[in-house]
Amino acid sequence: MTELGNPMAGSKAVAGPIDLHAGRVTIFRRQDRLFHGVTQFFALSVLLTLVGILLSLGIEAYPSLSTFGTAFVWTNVWNVPDEQFGALISIYGTLATSIIALLIAVPVSFGIALFLTETCPTWLRRPLGTAVELLAGIPSIVYGIWGLFVFAPLFAEHVQPHLQAAVGDIPVLSGLFAGAPMGIGILTAGLVLSLMVIPFIASVMRDVFETTPPVLKESAYGVGCTQWEVVTRIVLPYTRVGVIGGIMLGLGRALGETMAVTFVIGNANRITGSLFSPGTSIASTLANEFGEASPGLHLSSLFALGLVLFVITFLVLAASNWLIARGRAKAGH
Amino acid sequence: MHKTHFLKSILVAALFAAGAHSAQAADITGAGATFPYAIYTKWAEGYKAATGNQVNYQGIGSSGGIKQIKAKTVDFGGTDAPLKEADLDAAGLVQVPTVMGGVTIVLNVPGIASGQLKLNGEVVADIFRGEVKKWNDAAIAKLNPGVKLPDLAITVAHRSDGSGTTHVFTHYLAKQSMAFKRDVGAGTTVNWPANGVGGKGNPGVAANVTKIAGAIGYVDIADAMKNKMSFVALKNKAGNYIVPNQDAVADAAGGANFKVKGMAPDLLDQTHKNAWPITSATYVLAYEKGADAARQKGVVEFLTWSLNNGQKMAEDLGFVALPPSVVKMVEAEMKHIK
Repeated sequence: MTELGNPMAGSKAVAGPIDLHAGRVTIFRRQDRLFHGVTQFFALSVLLTLVGILLSLGIEAYPSLSTFGTAFVWTNVWNVPDEQFGALISIYGTLATSIIALLIAVPVSFGIALFLTETCPTWLRRPLGTAVELLAGIPSIVYGIWGLFVFAPLFAEHVQPHLQAAVGDIPVLSGLFAGAPMGIGILTAGLVLSLMVIPFIASVMRDVFETTPPVLKESAYGVGCTQWEVVTRIVLPYTRVGVIGGIMLGLGRALGETMAVTFVIGNANRITGSLFSPGTSIASTLANEFGEASPGLHLSSLFALGLVLFVITFLVLAASNWLIARGRAKAGH
Repeated sequence: MHKTHFLKSILVAALFAAGAHSAQAADITGAGATFPYAIYTKWAEGYKAATGNQVNYQGIGSSGGIKQIKAKTVDFGGTDAPLKEADLDAAGLVQVPTVMGGVTIVLNVPGIASGQLKLNGEVVADIFRGEVKKWNDAAIAKLNPGVKLPDLAITVAHRSDGSGTTHVFTHYLAKQSMAFKRDVGAGTTVNWPANGVGGKGNPGVAANVTKIAGAIGYVDIADAMKNKMSFVALKNKAGNYIVPNQDAVADAAGGANFKVKGMAPDLLDQTHKNAWPITSATYVLAYEKGADAARQKGVVEFLTWSLNNGQKMAEDLGFVALPPSVVKMVEAEMKHIK
């Protein structure tokens, strides 16, 4: 193959007899087959790893799952000394923090991407775009430490009391913001997570917005559409698949994020319904307890938690594929 | 000709050197408890400077250390929770204490100075099981006549990760109160009450206590001193209120009997006059009969050097060195490491 890049070798081949040429073709075929085999092996090894992880999770989780049954998923208890384990508290924490993160990150990312592709002066595009991407490169533990030592105290002092005063006695809202303003808890974890997923969602959105053919946008402007109409009627429908993909990428990161959440979620095994109160997520429970878990039900239940996270991530992926497929069918592609 | 001759002589010399070396102490590795990580690495530095031998210690947690030594992947294991005699015999392990520490109770209550608040074990247990919920509770006020206690909610700051510090602290509280043992339990990870908030590692708990007004938590003496935190004065078995410091921890060891298999007497709630009640030691596990004589010797030499030369390093880091009488006993016990 490399010989092709060499003009000398090429000229020799042309000058050579026919049978030599045929010999080279067989060599090329063999190389192709080898290349095919190697790449196939790489691709299959991913699948094998996935199956291997699933199997080992299942085997390690079996003692716990056979003890608690399917009730493991909706049991609201995590009591290590008494060996009573259920995943509901961690599932709630994982989902609640991820949903808060998306509620904030999606509109903000949409705004960032829109500004960068539609209204931003050209000279500002590069530095702003790079800044967003750099945000994605910060290690998650840095977000965690920043969240605990900088953000949480400010949040406890300047935001939480005002939020509580603002909602007053409104039935549902006052419950959501009840409890001592400690600065750490479900809401703080969600906010820090939103910061962490914004760069992912924003940069995917920006990239797909840029793929909208200028002729479509210009035609729309030509018939008198406003910028908002161009974005909602032309850009968004055209890039729907990519936008959903970007959001799911962000959700995937939020669900599995470990260190940053461990620092700011408060790590308490309970569900109170208040966003101010500490909770725990699947990933943070694993990070906290795995190191010192004694073999037996505790360790096995931690593996079962891992399995639950695996299933949740799989469901998210399946849902996003379904959304994308439905979007395509609707658009008639 | 000359060249081959030269090579041969080098080979022979190398073989001799290797042979001679194998009788010497070798480089060794250990893994386990994170609590003594700082002092083990400090000792390893000094030991290397003195002898040229390397000691690698990985702080992976006590249960990890026990798993590793049983799986024979390390030369010594570190654990905060000592193994029982039967376990030691079954696994063919020798256990010796290396250094001691104390768990302190720290708090952040506006208007209360360090060492000002007096508590006894029972009230501490009631606070940490969520039974006493306010700082001006009658149980606290009774022990602190004349102290102005605020009408402030108590937040219990605890470890979120499984930890030897939690193990020591909850075992102390379980001794003080049956209710605590029933509600919360005792171990490396326990069932904390509803007003609890978990922090990762001693620094995580220290940060939560410092940041949350009305918080009470537990950290080891070293971290409490480093962060200049406010202590609770705790009543000991002799009836005195003790402010935690290294002397009070050393006093607790003075009253304990280390002449037991595994050298792990219960150091909690010792009877000496000035003993700090929540005292514990951390332990090293080594093989009674190891496969590699040089490495076995390495473990003994490292510990012998450290216990005799590393007291000052330990004190600087907030640990408490073993009393000389106990060091003698450890040296005698280490004769079993072969």
